[in-house]
Amino acid sequence: MSAYLPMTDAFEWFGLPYGWAWFLATIIGILLIALPLMLAVAMIIYVDRKIWAAMALRRGPNVVGPWGLLQSFADGLKVFLQETIIPSAANKILFLLAPIITFTVALIVWAVVPFDAGVVLSDINVGLLYVLAASSLGVYGIILAGWASNSKYPFYSAIRAAAQMVSYEVSIGFVLIAVVLWAGSFNLSAIVEAQRGYYAEFLGVGINGNFINPLLFPMAIVFFISSLAETQRAPFDLTEAESELVAGYQTEYSSMSFALYWLGEYANVILMCTLNATLFWGGYLPPIDWAPLYYVPGILWLFAKILFFFFCFSWVKATVPRYRYDQLMRLGWKIFLPLSLFFVFLVSGFLMWQRVGLPA
Amino acid sequence: MIQVLAFYLFAAVVIASAALTILSRNPVHAVLWLIMAFFNAAGLMLLAGAEFIAMLLVIVYVGAVAVLFLFVVMMLDIDFAELRAGVVRYAAVGAALAVALAAEIVIAVGAWQAGGLSLGRRLAPVDAETPNIEAIGKLLYSRYLLAFEAAGLVLLVAMIGAIVLTHRQRGDVHRQKVGRQVRRRAKDAVRKTNPTVGQGVEL
Repeated sequence: MSAYLPMTDAFEWFGLPYGWAWFLATIIGILLIALPLMLAVAMIIYVDRKIWAAMALRRGPNVVGPWGLLQSFADGLKVFLQETIIPSAANKILFLLAPIITFTVALIVWAVVPFDAGVVLSDINVGLLYVLAASSLGVYGIILAGWASNSKYPFYSAIRAAAQMVSYEVSIGFVLIAVVLWAGSFNLSAIVEAQRGYYAEFLGVGINGNFINPLLFPMAIVFFISSLAETQRAPFDLTEAESELVAGYQTEYSSMSFALYWLGEYANVILMCTLNATLFWGGYLPPIDWAPLYYVPGILWLFAKILFFFFCFSWVKATVPRYRYDQLMRLGWKIFLPLSLFFVFLVSGFLMWQRVGLPA
Repeated sequence: MIQVLAFYLFAAVVIASAALTILSRNPVHAVLWLIMAFFNAAGLMLLAGAEFIAMLLVIVYVGAVAVLFLFVVMMLDIDFAELRAGVVRYAAVGAALAVALAAEIVIAVGAWQAGGLSLGRRLAPVDAETPNIEAIGKLLYSRYLLAFEAAGLVLLVAMIGAIVLTHRQRGDVHRQKVGRQVRRRAKDAVRKTNPTVGQGVEL
């Protein structure tokens, strides 16, 4: 069941053969996600800077356009007009390929994100595994940039990024397993639907969202913090720690190749916010399972949740000092990994007890 | 039609990148070609309807194993001329391996042509409706439970072995004492003084 099935039908009605109708509908579906996403990235960068400025008691971007709304577009134009500088010692092909990989990986995950009931580009049954697979590819953009730049700071940054992302992916994997066990499916729409109506029998109206589940709430926290580490946002931005590594893996990049990193990074941040919302906070469902709230389209609830999490991301960035590298590794391996493993154990034990009963 | 095109695309890329893995002079390029081969193999798995295996291939091999390969290879200082000097010495072993692999392919294709095996018949038939995660899960935790648990044990032993082999106590490191760092309060660390001009502070 996909959103673009009606679109395929429409094209068929115009007399196209099924294959071409499907092809056109898919392309349009992809553009319908990717183009607004680019706009969203431009606006979210503005929002990020505004929130950050407000917390530092500054005014933030306020010159270009009304309230500085066009700042990101001005920046984009500036980068677009700059010269692309490729260091002479760099490995040219890989140097240019790396930002493309980051950007592509940041986009492809959106194929399985449900925006509303049934509104998803590709409603596959291994949706969450696809998300995990695509996010595990993200590290290549950074490693390759670091290596291909042939420069020491980017290389340090690449090594840090590889260790950091691989470490946190382990605990993210366990968190996702806990969610999948609870929902009984890898399909993201099914995971959202499984969050409908918690405690309806006690409260009268159910609450939508896994966060209210005591077995999954700690996982929601672990996932939120891990997603900060996975997107290399503060306080885990050791890969681009400007006091140590200049600009990390982006040091040698300029103009559009730099812009691709920028866009990819923020697209990843929005994606992680979306995953937080989808996996633990009910995705496109309203917060309470109460009929009048369903008159508001699901996509608006999803956007509200994404914005909320983005605000949290900015808030953390503005207030929490950067971790030391050993603290980062300690948090990932010694705290999150055992904790998430323990909760996988708890969740699966609870589900077995519910379905099978205690062993005799 | 599109499946056939996709199959030949993925298959050709797998073979080409596998060849480039062993032909490329730069070890980092070799690992990258290997990753390309893994990735396209995952595409082939998808075409075969094994979406779970495809995703696992990408997550485990591309996302974790190959990252570590790349990590290690990037830090090695490999002189390829030196490595190539060994080619003649190991040529006989290499040739024997190649002959064995080629013979296996010939035998397999021959057996298939002779109609000796029916590829459609499976040891554990599944219906088309069951998603393949469920199908694999049902088999792994019933029929192949022992083998599955044994594989798990082997991996656990390998993991413990790797840790034991690389773990060593070093006396000359400064360890972070997290408890002490967290317990530390501002009043233990900061002293407010109001020195008169020219006096300075007693430390």
